[in-house]
Amino acid sequence: MTTSFNLNGKQITVQAEADTPLLWVIRDEIGLTGTKFGCGMALCGACTVQLDGAPIRSCQTPVSAAAGKKVATIESLSKDNSHPLQKAWIAHDVPQCGYCQSGQLMSAAALLRTNKNPSDADIENAMSGNICRCGTYNRIRAAIKSAAAEMRKA
Amino acid sequence: MTSTRRDFLKVTALVGGGLTLGVSLPGMIVDAQAAGTLYTPNAWVHIADDNTVTLISARSEMGQGVYTSMPMLIAEELGVDIRKIKVEIAPVGEVYTNALLGGQLTGGSTSVRDGWEKLRVAGAQVRTMLVAAAAEKWQVSADQLHVSDGKVIGPGGRKATYGELADAASRLPVPKDVVLKDPKDFNIIGKPTKRLDTPRKVNGTAVFGIDVKLPGMVYASLEQCPVIGGKVTSVDASKAKAMPGVIDVVQIRDGVAVVADSYWHAKKAREALVVSWDEGPVAQISNASMMEGIRNAKDAPTPIKKTGDADAAMKSAAKTMQAEYWSPLLAHATMEPQNFTADYKDGKCLVIGPAQFQQGTQGNVAAAVGLKPADVTVKTTFLGGGFGRRLEYDFAVQAAEISKAVGKPVKLLWSREDDTTHDFYRPMAFHRMAGGLDAAGKPVALTFQLTSQSVTQRAFGLPKGTLDPFMAEAAVVGYNIPNMTQELIEHDSGLRVGYWRSVSHALNAFANESFIDEMAAAAGKDPYQFRLAMLDQQPRFANVLKIAATRAGWGKPLATGRSRGIALMEGYDTYMAQVAEISVKDNEITVHKVWVAADLGRMVNPDTVEAQIESSIAFGLSSVLGSEITLDKGRVQQTNFHDYPVIRMSQMPRIDVTLVKSTEKPGGIGEPATALVAPAVANALFAATGKRVRKLPLSPDNIKSA
Repeated sequence: MTTSFNLNGKQITVQAEADTPLLWVIRDEIGLTGTKFGCGMALCGACTVQLDGAPIRSCQTPVSAAAGKKVATIESLSKDNSHPLQKAWIAHDVPQCGYCQSGQLMSAAALLRTNKNPSDADIENAMSGNICRCGTYNRIRAAIKSAAAEMRKA
Repeated sequence: MTSTRRDFLKVTALVGGGLTLGVSLPGMIVDAQAAGTLYTPNAWVHIADDNTVTLISARSEMGQGVYTSMPMLIAEELGVDIRKIKVEIAPVGEVYTNALLGGQLTGGSTSVRDGWEKLRVAGAQVRTMLVAAAAEKWQVSADQLHVSDGKVIGPGGRKATYGELADAASRLPVPKDVVLKDPKDFNIIGKPTKRLDTPRKVNGTAVFGIDVKLPGMVYASLEQCPVIGGKVTSVDASKAKAMPGVIDVVQIRDGVAVVADSYWHAKKAREALVVSWDEGPVAQISNASMMEGIRNAKDAPTPIKKTGDADAAMKSAAKTMQAEYWSPLLAHATMEPQNFTADYKDGKCLVIGPAQFQQGTQGNVAAAVGLKPADVTVKTTFLGGGFGRRLEYDFAVQAAEISKAVGKPVKLLWSREDDTTHDFYRPMAFHRMAGGLDAAGKPVALTFQLTSQSVTQRAFGLPKGTLDPFMAEAAVVGYNIPNMTQELIEHDSGLRVGYWRSVSHALNAFANESFIDEMAAAAGKDPYQFRLAMLDQQPRFANVLKIAATRAGWGKPLATGRSRGIALMEGYDTYMAQVAEISVKDNEITVHKVWVAADLGRMVNPDTVEAQIESSIAFGLSSVLGSEITLDKGRVQQTNFHDYPVIRMSQMPRIDVTLVKSTEKPGGIGEPATALVAPAVANALFAATGKRVRKLPLSPDNIKSA
């Protein structure tokens, strides 16, 4: 069956069974591989994308749930690393292996849409669904605060 | 793999003998003629005539920062701006062998230690050749020339770029003797440097194994026996073959692969397979039987070290004590599940993916698909975590076998469940410790006996009865105790085991540093002062211990409900102390902060050093607080992050790192902090509750039953 939705600002139509997870449509059919597969059970957050601005785990979201909505992946933040979160991630040298970072960034971006000045507790709450085996958590927390500060100035 | 085995043995001798390795000789990666504009004066540097300088990292980037630190070592001597170069991960080649491990592999916190001299020499060789080419071109003597930012500069400000000189330079002989910079003149090494791979890791463009795409590629999902090592006896693939997108169902050594036009189609159809298995001998093993077998192992002990006469000292001691410690099986749980892409075609095989051991991958893929190693090309992507799991190559072999069977390029991807249930697990470990104190509470004897399984016997064919150095790490403490014996019992429990970040350091430091704390308590002494009093001959140990204690405010009052634990270790030539501050509620531990003092000699990138310490603590802490693999009838009981928990942001302690300025030779830093966090937290738990928990993880269940 076909499903139409807005992906990173472009209207697209895909061919996939309705129960196909959005993750595999994005990765294998559309070919945007920035979004990662980690657990397939919405436990690790590596596949986090935004659906109408809210962070969702695309490994557990059927493509049918995206019909008529806006999906944003890591590729939408910016290609030239100009988004305040990307700048902060670079400034704090956050990534190590880097595999989870697309999901971390998309969760962080969703947080900053609704909370311009998050506390440590706000950040930990919003980021608790994103696992990083390299343990970059303290740098992620610091980078989110830096990015939030820059966005408040803008 | 005979050659690997031989290499391993050679290496053990090298490590023992402390031999330093010389220069790597030139080996062409890219054919300069064919490439036209690309010159490779040696195996580590490519210079194009548009002045693009590409430096080669022979080590795999799995988060530890070699993609930056390896080029920094070359760039220091080559005279190029680290921000203007490109980096490539090396292909398979003898020149890229890790001299500390005897193969082209990334592990053991060896990358900087192995590269420290040879990469600087490589950079200096190429610089010398470029300078010689300029000298010839300008008809001046080489000592009138110097290099700066990718240019050779001559008398009167005359300049030539490396690109202009590369063709001529690459025709010159590689100089044998080069003079390296005095470390006081370093302007790259030792300076905090932003990682070169970060930009592409914040916008989704970094290519991991899972992201590889080849023309005409299909996708595979592999059903393996629920008991590791089991074999297929029959398959009914009729339902699976009728599922959408399925191209083929093929049987390989390790199981039955469904090949489809997308991963999801392959995965879904795999669920429709009906497979019968011969489960093999592992089906007889359960956790309780494994523990029983280890405790009662009759294998002959292998001595590690003997100092004085521990038996006699124990008999005459005023006070003696014994304790037993357990460490469980653990999975690696890399964020990127195991995967590899393979293309078997016309008697050649290309394999691309996340690999820590390129030669092992090449040799074993070749053997599996009936080719010579030279006909197998291995390309390494970024690794979504390694931690030792990707020293194995089971997934690469499987991908190649599937590609050969279907005659197409294939990407094999494991599910998280496949990954958790088909790991090469950290072996279970059991320690018997005994200690003796004199009447003044001074330690006079310590004995250490580890029973565990040798990874090296399986992975590299180490003969049984030969001391496995990767089981004896941090077994011998640095304390001045006059009578000690350390020995190990290598007992094969039958389940396949693997190297897991910090390997036996984690097992042995947990037992040693917990037990030293027990001895301090028995002597009625402060755990920090007790340790310090035994380090008068060990300045590097004593220094890091003092720094960590001072930074943590050891001896000063704590907030209500808080307690501290301390631990000390040498590993990978790095001296490290940690203090953990915790609180305990309903048998659940919160680790608030960890102070780390590390003396690892000279550092290449202090930023990365600090990041690796943070990372190691997080990795170690997952195993302290909750991760544990258990077996029932040979089946791994855990499948995903809900029952194999790893720490999340809310569980991450604040970390305070002090790095000792040192001119000692570099030590490794990717792993030691992982090993120390368990005893630091266990000792803090004892301080908090009076309970000595001798079984990892320090989970509510284990704390309650202690």
